[in-house]
Amino acid sequence: MPHRSLVAPFSDTELEAIRADFPALGLKVRGQNLAYLDNAATTQKPAAVIEAEAAFYRTQNANVHRGVHYLSQIATELFEDARETVRRFLNAKSRREIVFTKGCTESINLVAHSWGAKFLKPGDEIVLSQLEHHSNIVPWQLIAERTGAVLRVWDIDENCDLMQGGLDELLSERTKIVALTHIANGTGTINPIKQVIAQCHAAGAKVLIDGAQAAARTPLDMQLIDADFYALSAHKLYGPTGVGVLYVRESVLEQMPPYQGGGDMIRTVSFDRTTYNDLPYRFEAGTPNVAGVVAFRQAIEYVQRIGLDRIFAHEKELTDFAVQSLNAEPDVKTIGNPKNRAGIVAFLIECAHPHDVATILDSIGVAVRSGHHCNMPLMKRLGINGTTRASFGVYNTKTEVERLIEGLKKVREIFQ
Amino acid sequence: MTFEGELSDLYQQVILDHSKHPRNAGSLDSANRRAVGHNPLCGDQIVLMLEVKDGVIADVKFQSSGCAISVASASLMSEAIKGKTVQEAELMFRKFHEMLTGACDTSSLGKLSALSGTREFPMRVKCATLAWHTLEAALNNPNQTVTTESDA
Ligand SMILES: Cc1ncc(COP(=O)(O)O)c(C=O)c1O
Repeated sequence: MPHRSLVAPFSDTELEAIRADFPALGLKVRGQNLAYLDNAATTQKPAAVIEAEAAFYRTQNANVHRGVHYLSQIATELFEDARETVRRFLNAKSRREIVFTKGCTESINLVAHSWGAKFLKPGDEIVLSQLEHHSNIVPWQLIAERTGAVLRVWDIDENCDLMQGGLDELLSERTKIVALTHIANGTGTINPIKQVIAQCHAAGAKVLIDGAQAAARTPLDMQLIDADFYALSAHKLYGPTGVGVLYVRESVLEQMPPYQGGGDMIRTVSFDRTTYNDLPYRFEAGTPNVAGVVAFRQAIEYVQRIGLDRIFAHEKELTDFAVQSLNAEPDVKTIGNPKNRAGIVAFLIECAHPHDVATILDSIGVAVRSGHHCNMPLMKRLGINGTTRASFGVYNTKTEVERLIEGLKKVREIFQ
Repeated sequence: MTFEGELSDLYQQVILDHSKHPRNAGSLDSANRRAVGHNPLCGDQIVLMLEVKDGVIADVKFQSSGCAISVASASLMSEAIKGKTVQEAELMFRKFHEMLTGACDTSSLGKLSALSGTREFPMRVKCATLAWHTLEAALNNPNQTVTTESDA
């Protein structure tokens, strides 16, 4: 990873140019300029992505891997070029390690149901952290039920960092897999995944990293972190909805049985016996979201042009400013104080419930999320029902953070 | 109406007052009907306790945690149904539901019509109906948990 403190955030002109790339940022909401601070839920899309998806349907549309005709060849090339872009983005060794899915959730389910069904035995342990999103909990519960494996939970400390030494106590010869979020969607905590992976590998366990929040916020390098599984969603990375990626180390993917059956994932089919296609196609049954994948490539190239280290620096500056500003309000409490935090800050204000806060902020054009953020176990651990959450992207500004703080005055006017 | 207008319609004085000072909050030892309502999308929760005697809701108490709309709705409901027959309460629920889902005459709803402003905030309608769904459950399937996500 680059030395983050040396990377400069954007100048005002750069930021203005970036904002101009995103048509939705020009929207008026409730008669005001939209301040979109819900990027952890999904990001807005640059024009390059929107146009690539439209251009695909206008001039390139055909099914992939199935035809000898001209358009099918074009579509297949574009689809496979996008896979190569993802490979480079993740610094994976091989294209065979890149599986396209419909999103991070499906990526995790694929691992749980394919790898999990084959390798988990009764009494085996799956370790999850207290910070996980439901989509990195429920698939493991489902497969635990089917296989007799057991879930163990890695607790957090009062700052919402993973408990120091917590993993030492959990890891044993029974631990088969550790499933951990890279960046927590509820608190912004950046987990030390490289050390975690090394420790788990030394104990003989595999590691799945949920990269849904990390992919748009920090540079990724599969070989550097030595990941077994890494899952992400395109729509949180300025790309279209309905596209996800699952990275799996080739030696692991080779041993995994198919997840779904259908077209494209087979080599030969007869009623007696089916032989399966090569990696990664064995895991891509049916017609994929071809246009989405093709447009996703534009999103990756977009963030690569800017540089994820710079995006990280920009979001860090905004997040630090937001945390400081929120903590300066005597009736506001920010949730967690993680050592390393990326792009996300959740908070509570004494006089009002998170939903009411979000409705009032919406009335001045500030879009934030309220609720449990698919983090019910985390909320329970913190003893709260929900939070209001602001989450930043490449295009957010200090002024937007100031509007959020200003909006809290209106919340007080109504509820105090 | 301007959005400012819609917002102050949503958060009317009556609603703010009931959310800050809910009436009939607490627990009811004499309760013979009880139901728990839950909105899994936002974590709002209500425990509703009723004492039903000879077809009349003789007493009502509730415990709730949630947003201003859901607490105020529970409080207003508790006032409205106390002393009413079960049939009257059910009719009220139907009227209330109509008020939030379409245009309807709110004159018969009295104070409950203060919640008509949620109509303009589709994401918040469930906050207003949670207490009422819980009432339905308490009257028809006592000791059940209802969630806002099971109704169509
Ligand atoms: C940490 C985390 N993991 C997984 C997901 C699931 O992503 P998706 O809904 O795109 O599959 C999310 C999305 O909210 C998330 O924040």
